[in-house]
Amino acid sequence: MIETTITPSIASRPVYSRLEPRPGKAHLLIADAEGAEAILALAEVAPRDFFAQAHIIHIRKTTAGTYTERLRGLKPSQFYSGPTYEAAVPRIRRTLLGAHMGLQVYLAGTESLMGQAMQEAAQAGIPYGAIQAEHRGSTARRMQCVHCKGITEDVTTDPFVCSHCGLHLFVRDHYSRRLAAFQGVRVDAEDPGNIPEPVERFR
Amino acid sequence: MSAGTEKIDVTVADVTPVNELVTRFRFVRSDGGPMPTFSGGAHTVVEMQDGGRTRLNPYSLMSDPADRSGFSISVRRDDAGRGGSLYMHTKVHQGMKMVVSNPVNLFSLDLRARKHLMIAGGIGITPFMAQIKQLTAMNGNFELHYAVRTAALATYADELHATHPTRVHIYHDDRGEAIKLERLLDGQPLGTHLYVCGPKGMIAWVRKSAEELGWPREAVHHEEFLAPASGKPFEVKLALSNKVIKVGENQSLLEAIEEAGVDAPYLCRGGACGQCETDVIGYDGKFLHNDHWLTDDQKSGGKKIMPCVSRFEGKTLVLDR
Amino acid sequence: MTINFNDETFYGDFTFRNSPKAVQRFPFPFPEDSYMYSVNLEPHKSYRPGSVYERTFDVDEHYVAEMKDRARVLADDPLRCQSLPHMTLAGWDLVELIMTAKAEEYPDLFELHRDGDRWRWINRPLGIDDTFTFLDETTLPYGPMEYITRQTQGDFAILDQRDDNLWMDAGMVTTQADWSLDFDIGMNFFEWHAPVPKAHEMGVFVRALKFLLNIQQGAPARRLNWTMTINPLLDTSPENYHKWGAMKQELTAENVGRMMHLRVELQTLFRLPRSNALVFPIRCYLIRLEDLVTVPKWGRRFHRVIRDLPVELATYKGFVNNRPKIVEWLSKYDDGAPTSPGIWPD
Repeated sequence: MIETTITPSIASRPVYSRLEPRPGKAHLLIADAEGAEAILALAEVAPRDFFAQAHIIHIRKTTAGTYTERLRGLKPSQFYSGPTYEAAVPRIRRTLLGAHMGLQVYLAGTESLMGQAMQEAAQAGIPYGAIQAEHRGSTARRMQCVHCKGITEDVTTDPFVCSHCGLHLFVRDHYSRRLAAFQGVRVDAEDPGNIPEPVERFR
Repeated sequence: MSAGTEKIDVTVADVTPVNELVTRFRFVRSDGGPMPTFSGGAHTVVEMQDGGRTRLNPYSLMSDPADRSGFSISVRRDDAGRGGSLYMHTKVHQGMKMVVSNPVNLFSLDLRARKHLMIAGGIGITPFMAQIKQLTAMNGNFELHYAVRTAALATYADELHATHPTRVHIYHDDRGEAIKLERLLDGQPLGTHLYVCGPKGMIAWVRKSAEELGWPREAVHHEEFLAPASGKPFEVKLALSNKVIKVGENQSLLEAIEEAGVDAPYLCRGGACGQCETDVIGYDGKFLHNDHWLTDDQKSGGKKIMPCVSRFEGKTLVLDR
Repeated sequence: MTINFNDETFYGDFTFRNSPKAVQRFPFPFPEDSYMYSVNLEPHKSYRPGSVYERTFDVDEHYVAEMKDRARVLADDPLRCQSLPHMTLAGWDLVELIMTAKAEEYPDLFELHRDGDRWRWINRPLGIDDTFTFLDETTLPYGPMEYITRQTQGDFAILDQRDDNLWMDAGMVTTQADWSLDFDIGMNFFEWHAPVPKAHEMGVFVRALKFLLNIQQGAPARRLNWTMTINPLLDTSPENYHKWGAMKQELTAENVGRMMHLRVELQTLFRLPRSNALVFPIRCYLIRLEDLVTVPKWGRRFHRVIRDLPVELATYKGFVNNRPKIVEWLSKYDDGAPTSPGIWPD
């Protein structure tokens, strides 16, 4: 499966790298769709007792059952396969609530999943720098409209329409970890009505 | 711009031996004004005029940050050291006028922490004294594990334990008591921050154990005041100031630069903070890098040196100062 | 010392005006005829009585009107002022810093009476007389940072110092040049500067950060930054960009002098004692170009700076499309004569 096509740009734009096993008392792995491939790749280099202390949370999205058996086959001490991120949030929160120092967190898949899971982990007290993140699959972006503050999911074009207030926004690389979103700004602010043709930039 | 350019003229209000090795010094402002407040973990740099030579030594502030009437520090006598602690113990007396710096903090609390887990060894207890007072005033959550050699040398242990009986744990080496580190680090809630201050070996042990147990780097804080190593004297050319200086056996390169009247930036004076980083213009010899700041590449690259703790051996060294 | 406070607006009908005194003391930022980024930090020491550099926190004729404008912006969008929970202590440090400085430097306008932790603060221009308990936010009508910055000109960012970096974890941002506190809060020094072109490759931020991490109690620093704005609009936020962006089209060759404003930020940096954080006040001064050129040296110099500015900077500062009009207008005030070094009028 092709790995990431995300390239570094400005300093606030997150960069991702390959997951690697780190020493710890427990391991929490959260992935969506093709992010499962990153977990399977990690398994090839992880120490033997790694998964005995691992909790895998996989969000299937459109990949349906493609990865479920293979992930279950890693024999993690806990396993969850769910349809969407929203459905998994209560479980993620409960897991973090009961966790202790020594927990390693590994995220894989779309930026949207990783950004939101990172918010939960940071809220629970884990430093951002300690959370690993490997990008796999869709490059569609989670965008915040700087004007109405609404978040539009799965943005693939530039410019795009804010799903809350209807303004046409251009896509910036400026990213906020706190909001887990890139910034969208009105594209025709200086020349109202003059809206460029949307170009597909992410898939 | 040098750190410590904001100095406070003080008078020594008290000199109190605490035990056989440790003496506490209290400073008040000579002009009678209030001391600046500070954040727990801060230190002050004390200027000592020792037989024609000026020493600048950092000491953790142990007094309550909310106490504006004076600063207190505690100094452990080290007869084998460069002489700073000996000077404090033998030359400083009540009523004496001295100069100290504004507080500087390189070991601050992370106020986002759910819990502050503190590990102290010996005189490393001092920064925690101030931090504990600060946390107590804000209803903060802390736990202290303090390793001492003997009860007689357990500086401030009785006072700490009496004030915070459930939060303070003392381990006496001569009774075979030791911190069970792996057990201590196991089961701490997410959002705990770990702070260690004490001898070099203890700091290394705690940091390594924490890393092996999966504690993130950002959650582990340490402070160690590296004393500059002594060594063979050497000569240095300061290209910018057009001076040639001699660094004495028990004098650091930074001290020699300062003695020559050249202004060099500094902050911790212990090889950890990077502020005194100096460019090397040329050299013929060998560097003795004793700092924790430069990367391995930088140390072998021959273009940089940390004058507060590092030295040089050889024919020539030319610095960009 | 009495100040006549203007009754003026920075919005809508834009009645903002600088008196001749305000024009003379304007912090012109260019010491030479061209401009490029630099760290350009210097100690924040008092000098030139009467100038904007004399006081710790400069209070001028625009004080009351600016505070009214701030209140208006906040009523419209409270997210312009935010403080992450661990930053409350730093907010108190800021309360102490501003109150003690202003009470000492402008005794006719401000008074601070302290009895242990019971403090009484009197702000005559705004008609405030409040008594509260220091460190107890339940005794103030707002959090400490919001309380005092609603009474102080300029924006404020409070930076937590952790992990050899600075983190923008609190701020009051209503007069900014196009950045969003709501978006940037929580970012570190490199991240919130990410959109600035060229400067990262130049290593400006690495050097600046090292200097900032070293700022000590009692040793504040300052620098100047600048941009341009159409109309004396203080709230040029990205949130409202769709409301002010279109004003750029209203600029014509005839109205450049009246509509175009040089906007200078006097930025200062103070180490805060109890929290070990850094506070970064960003004080905004505006001047219409037709007032600016009444100082001949400034007219000549500004023409040259704008004419020769690299295109990435003119784009980032938002005036690249209008640059030809601006340069054309300014050229009338540049006879090519040499200019003296430094920022002051001859």
